[in-house]
Amino acid sequence: MTLPTSKPQKNPVAGMVEKRGLGIWLSHAIMVLGVLIVFFPIWLAFVASTVTQPEIVSPPMPLLPGDQFFINYKKALLAGVNVPVGTMLTNSLVMAIGIAVGKIIISLLSAFAIVYFRFPGKKIFFWLIFITLMLPVEVRIVPTYEIIAGFGMLNSYSGLIFPLIASATATFLFRQFFMTVPDELAEAARVDGAKPLRFFWDILIPMSRTNIAALFVILFIYGWNQYLWPLLITTDPEMNTIVMGIKQMFPSGDDVADWPVIMATSILAMIPPVIVVISMQKLFIRGLVDSEK
Amino acid sequence: MEKRVFFKGWLLPLLLIAPQILVSAVFFFYPAGQAVWQSLFIPDPFGLSMQYVGLGNFKYLLSDPYYRASFFTTGLFSILVTLVSMIPALFLAIVADRLIKGAGTYRTLLIWPYAVAPAIAGVLWLFMFNTRVGVVSWYLGNLGYDWNHVLNGSEAMGLVVVSSAWGRISYNFLFFFAALQSVPKSIIEAAAIDGARFWRRFWTIVLPLLSPTTFFLLVVNVVYAFFETFGVIHTITSGGPQQSTTILVYKVFADGFVGQDLGSSAAQSVILLVVVGALTVFQFKYIERRVHY
Repeated sequence: MTLPTSKPQKNPVAGMVEKRGLGIWLSHAIMVLGVLIVFFPIWLAFVASTVTQPEIVSPPMPLLPGDQFFINYKKALLAGVNVPVGTMLTNSLVMAIGIAVGKIIISLLSAFAIVYFRFPGKKIFFWLIFITLMLPVEVRIVPTYEIIAGFGMLNSYSGLIFPLIASATATFLFRQFFMTVPDELAEAARVDGAKPLRFFWDILIPMSRTNIAALFVILFIYGWNQYLWPLLITTDPEMNTIVMGIKQMFPSGDDVADWPVIMATSILAMIPPVIVVISMQKLFIRGLVDSEK
Repeated sequence: MEKRVFFKGWLLPLLLIAPQILVSAVFFFYPAGQAVWQSLFIPDPFGLSMQYVGLGNFKYLLSDPYYRASFFTTGLFSILVTLVSMIPALFLAIVADRLIKGAGTYRTLLIWPYAVAPAIAGVLWLFMFNTRVGVVSWYLGNLGYDWNHVLNGSEAMGLVVVSSAWGRISYNFLFFFAALQSVPKSIIEAAAIDGARFWRRFWTIVLPLLSPTTFFLLVVNVVYAFFETFGVIHTITSGGPQQSTTILVYKVFADGFVGQDLGSSAAQSVILLVVVGALTVFQFKYIERRVHY
């Protein structure tokens, strides 16, 4: 795609390397094509959620939206298949927020303890937290399920939230951040006779605001998108989350699935995380890059 | 890395760290220990007693052709998901990096699929390739290709790979794009002055500078393919046909919850723990090096 570079530079800020003319149009064309391909599954789901069942079951289905939008979404939200999607949305919301807030709180506290105190067993505790990085819920499902069943927490919000709440990642992120906070601040607080918790609440937390927000975005999506865990412990449809509930909307055997309602549900299931990601894009990217480092 | 300033007291930090340790102990360490313990026993069919078999479960697993096949399936699946998600992402990131205007808009649009849960992605792709109503399978049929992932193992594998890789394209794109943007423009321009054309510059300068990001993404994507794709498999194929898409995590679930073979499922959990442990250590070793870059 190299163009002759002898032409006078039109846009000096752009740099001198092939950023104009034919190449740029081709680049735009490629990007648009890429976006279209990546978007196609979502578009198709949206179209399917706005047409009637007969239009779908006699392929090919239309590729442009129909006029059944309100009918399908109303049916999904208020009636659903096993349980109204509205109920599943609420469950997902409680679970996602519970996991995000819970993780942030316990991680802030433990990171504060690890960074700002010396206490017996500190090294051991640190390593205990570190090791949990290696134990995704997927590899310990049976015993964890037994514990939740033993506590009588099947089909409950606490059963959905607690096993997913301990997170080494968040603790390490806060630990890293606290390390960069100037020692003088803690020194001054100590000289002024401020109690540790006062320092934590009045200085450390306000300073961590951006980190907390970025982490919230990541953890909200993590919680919202959980599938295996809710599948195991919510046998009562009333407690299904939306992401796992969709699979339950498919009929067993030879019955035909209610595609418009199912596709409306899948659109509803992706709206909250997409809104969170798009509206907090900068924070999200920062949180992503930081938490993975 | 230690702070110079500490607060006094040992009770407060222990109280602060207690919630995280408690949650980790109850929902991480105890279940993981249980998994190790259970892997040494075979429960009788009524679940009344357990017979100690030592490493019998492991020996049985390693000689079980289905389990070995599942290892192979997981390996193939992870490699394919990693390639299918990284190559298009790198390509799009390179193209987007050449643009001065509009790159941000494309990024916003490309982030969407990241927010879509793997299970929902599974439903969207299942809808497109459904043997009865799927648009894509219908058009393929018109072209003379008889698509049927319900019967054809390779097609099933292809479908779960693409569905799993889809959301990861966004993720990888974000990281590649950020890395490309941080390549110093002066180096590129110096090479351009020396007459190096685009592809030459890419191979000799940009790609080596991208290698830390690439290795990081390789590890992260393999971990993703191993542990976070359960939703895709469960919604699209349920491991079939003939176990051709039964990855290890799915087999733990299928044997433990569907087959009720607890000893074997626990032994599989332990093997997975070792795999995660190895991957985590690898990742951290590698990240240590990354710091110097």
